[in-house]
Amino acid sequence: MLWDSRNKARNDAAAPAAALADEGQLFPTKALRKFLACLTSRESPVLMDLGPVVGSNVTFFGERLGCKIILEDLFGDLERHTRSAVETPFADFLKGRFKHEAGSVDGILCWNFFDYLEPAAATLLAGSLTRLLRPDGALLAFFTTVGVSDARFSKYVIMDEDSLKQKPYSSSGKRQIALPNRDIIRMFEGLKVAESFLLKTNIREFLFRKPPGKL
Amino acid sequence: MWKRDEAVRQPAVPTNDAAAAVAPAAATQATRPDPLQTMKSQTGRDVVNIGKSVVIKGELNGSEDLTIEGHVEGKIELREHVLTIGPNGRIKAELFAKSVVVLGEVIGNVIASEKVDIRENGSVEGDITSPRVAIAEGAHFRGSVDMANKGKAVAGPRPAEVRPQPQAVAAPQAVAQAQKVG
Repeated sequence: MLWDSRNKARNDAAAPAAALADEGQLFPTKALRKFLACLTSRESPVLMDLGPVVGSNVTFFGERLGCKIILEDLFGDLERHTRSAVETPFADFLKGRFKHEAGSVDGILCWNFFDYLEPAAATLLAGSLTRLLRPDGALLAFFTTVGVSDARFSKYVIMDEDSLKQKPYSSSGKRQIALPNRDIIRMFEGLKVAESFLLKTNIREFLFRKPPGKL
Repeated sequence: MWKRDEAVRQPAVPTNDAAAAVAPAAATQATRPDPLQTMKSQTGRDVVNIGKSVVIKGELNGSEDLTIEGHVEGKIELREHVLTIGPNGRIKAELFAKSVVVLGEVIGNVIASEKVDIRENGSVEGDITSPRVAIAEGAHFRGSVDMANKGKAVAGPRPAEVRPQPQAVAAPQAVAQAQKVG
């Protein structure tokens, strides 16, 4: 008992920020369940994940949806682009990024990638994703309500349909921009806002749908 | 003798520890310098080990479990067996196997009838098609994962489903899926 309490005290004192950062922060999500619901009615849907590879997420979607998952780590691309300090804007890089056919993807997970993009790159990416989405397809994106000058990228680990764990992972920080709602909606011209939630964690969840019959 | 047994068991039930996978193989190489080794596992299955110094270009077919620590370019087919790419393995090929475990580097598509397992520090650049896929933290993967066949069969009840289907249609589907699993 004494050993336990000493250990506990030591752990409580030392645990702290680094360990917590590794562990990640658990937060509820309301939009993920709705996003999954959009895809479950489809036979072998195609899902595109713009975040870094998370093995447990791949398993989650594979088992829930029996889907094909295309992993496109745009966070990694942006980090490499920032580190390389090339003159070419990231928007130019994005122009030739997606080789997939128009209307070939049923669902897109953007996580909070748009928070880190300059307006030109964000608009271009939103246009590309809208083109990729199949009619009646769904796109899930998170947007912060609080801008941060030096935010680390996070990977989102799905715990279940109603909760996610946000784990910061990148070494370098990047400016996180809080976009106004009207700009977000304008950016995704061609998609409709099916659901939007403002969470206590300063995250806005947007679930977009592509109107049926519109390619 | 004990060390040799360990080396045999490795590909059949690979451990999480990448270093552990190298050590027994290295120990075996010390006693047998031949980089292509065939051994008998405890289950009676033959296991072939392709050593670090081996470079193969072309098509590789087999009917036994295989561990590759060398370089292979082309195509590898072990339809009914386990293919393990060891930590030193460098593969530029299409892989077809019952089960694929990656601790090294693979560039090319991977098709497995049972499972693909990318371990910590393992790397795959290509498309994976398999009913079960495990990607460990720290592994590198670039491509797509197609779990379409098994996914529907193993999926449990879906509380998130919003479009209710008529009972008469849903019930036979459930029975058919249960039969597939069983």
